[in-house]
Amino acid sequence: MSQSERIIVDRLQSPAERYLKSWESLLLLVAVAIFIANSFASPYFLNAWNLSDATFNFTEKAMIAFAMALLIISGEIDLSVASIIALASTAMGAAVQMGVGTPGLIMVGLGTGLLCGAFNGFLVTRLGLPSIVVTIGTMSLFRGISYIVLGDQAYRGYPSDFAFFGQGYVWWVISFEFVLFAIIAVIFAILLHKTNFGRAVYAIGNNPTGALFSGIRVPRVKFILFLLTGLMSGVAAICLTSRLGSTRPSIAFGWELEVVTMVVLGGVNILGGSGSIPGVVIAAFVMGLVTFGLGLLNVPGIVMSIVIGALLIGVIALPRLWEKWRR
Amino acid sequence: MKRRNFTKLVAGLSLVASMMGTTAMADDMRIALVVKALGIGFFEAAAKGAEEAAAELGGVEIIYTGPTDTTAEGQIEVINSLIAQGVDAIAVSANDTDALVPTLKKAQQRGITVISWDSGVAQEGRQVHLNPSSNALIGNMIIKLAADHLPDGGDVAVLSATTTSTNQNIWIEEMTKVMGNYPGINVVATVYGDDLADKSYREAQGLMQSYPDLDAIIAPTSVGIVAAAQAVADAGKIGEVNVTGLGLPSEMAGAIESGASKSFAIWNPIDLGYSAAMIAHQLATGAATAEPGAEISIGRMGTITLDDTNAAAMADPFVYDSSNIDDFKSIF
Repeated sequence: MSQSERIIVDRLQSPAERYLKSWESLLLLVAVAIFIANSFASPYFLNAWNLSDATFNFTEKAMIAFAMALLIISGEIDLSVASIIALASTAMGAAVQMGVGTPGLIMVGLGTGLLCGAFNGFLVTRLGLPSIVVTIGTMSLFRGISYIVLGDQAYRGYPSDFAFFGQGYVWWVISFEFVLFAIIAVIFAILLHKTNFGRAVYAIGNNPTGALFSGIRVPRVKFILFLLTGLMSGVAAICLTSRLGSTRPSIAFGWELEVVTMVVLGGVNILGGSGSIPGVVIAAFVMGLVTFGLGLLNVPGIVMSIVIGALLIGVIALPRLWEKWRR
Repeated sequence: MKRRNFTKLVAGLSLVASMMGTTAMADDMRIALVVKALGIGFFEAAAKGAEEAAAELGGVEIIYTGPTDTTAEGQIEVINSLIAQGVDAIAVSANDTDALVPTLKKAQQRGITVISWDSGVAQEGRQVHLNPSSNALIGNMIIKLAADHLPDGGDVAVLSATTTSTNQNIWIEEMTKVMGNYPGINVVATVYGDDLADKSYREAQGLMQSYPDLDAIIAPTSVGIVAAAQAVADAGKIGEVNVTGLGLPSEMAGAIESGASKSFAIWNPIDLGYSAAMIAHQLATGAATAEPGAEISIGRMGTITLDDTNAAAMADPFVYDSSNIDDFKSIF
């Protein structure tokens, strides 16, 4: 079978026109507008260290959001990601108590993430259960295990070199987390936009039955996507645990919704079939800039949630309204 | 069209921003009061106290802030933005003893005074921690509350939480130490309601049956004190048995009104916020230093003395009775 048979036609407009009218350009405009508004609103905004600190508000969530974007494009979802962070962090904390060093901790964190992802993937692809139901269940299950292990206690005593992942800087104000975020973004962009695997993800999201009859091994692709989401949750768990220097079962509580918000804001269709990694990258910056900008003005957190919610509804509704109005 | 929208958006956002930004004055000392979560009556009251301190000191701006949920991650985001603003001091009631430490260390490295109050952080993350009270003061207060209404002495019983509740056990132990100061007061029994409303209610009923001459029930737990007051009211023993201990004004307002409880105690959040702001100001101006044994003046609340871990107790728990319950019942 030759490669060309799998190509799905998606260039009905000229590339230039497509870029101008795309979701990503609209979002980029919003991001630039927020950046400029922030610089006017607060004298503290345009400061290299402050901007560097601000990136920590979104880097960990964005790492998961890239994998989640692929999963949602394929028509599935994983709501257990924040609980996977809790379980992976608890596993690393337990390993520390047994005297495991930093390389071992990385393996434990990634391994726990992979196992949780495999468990979700198994239930969805082998038993054919709906992913939203499965992952609502594992959301309670994974965090529940952390609560049983830790109760109201905390794991501390992470080795000092472990702190590099969440608190270290590669060069000047460029943090390790930010570099990792950029590398992961590039990897997922290539995976989704430049490989057969990526085309298969789109095909499954648009028409799973059609994809199956085109020779795509649908369950296998979905299983890999759950594995990737678990793995990225493990990576985020390493970064967050390192940044906090301790583990409590309530770690990363409520992050699953922020991750999904980031993905949807990035232009990924929540029903599957379309979306892009550059969109999610810009969405991550938009969310990070909005929360940091409002934080500098000491706007209460609840108002920030309202702004993020309004932003989400706004950027989704505006293009539709625009289309209707033009007709 | 897009450009026009964009211009409007920027104009709109900067307008909103300029409206929000006008409250700050550049030359004021800025003290940030970071709470566990916004929208909690206890912390709103603490903010009121901090504002009172700011008005007394003059030239101080209080930034009252906190996350939406009681999470460490949310507090870290808030503290990061405070570091970015270069505030002079951060006074935090922490959601996590350990997780805030790296961020608060960074704040201290950038010259910001950091203290914790109410709920503390590990010692390396802060300069001073302010406890609302101390175990010895609480132990003394709960027996004093009962004795104040028994000038001729009498029999009292203790209704505690569980047998393994660390706080309650320490308070009862401290209470036993000072019993000599209250002659004529006998503790006839200590029972455990496990911090469950129904079990506490039954234990209080049992106490009144076993000791018909009982004069007071001391419940150093917010669950037990409400259940005991209910049991006394239901048994028709209001005026005979006085329920006292530690409780929340919002939950105890009914018992004070009915007379089942003459008075009870708990920390006063207004005083706590006031003292936290005072300490932060003293440290940030260099008027006080954070070292074991140091004495820090906290305005109308007197003076605190730092212990070996640079922690200090603010004062006796605050007594609530019919004269002030209406002011506090809507707060927490």
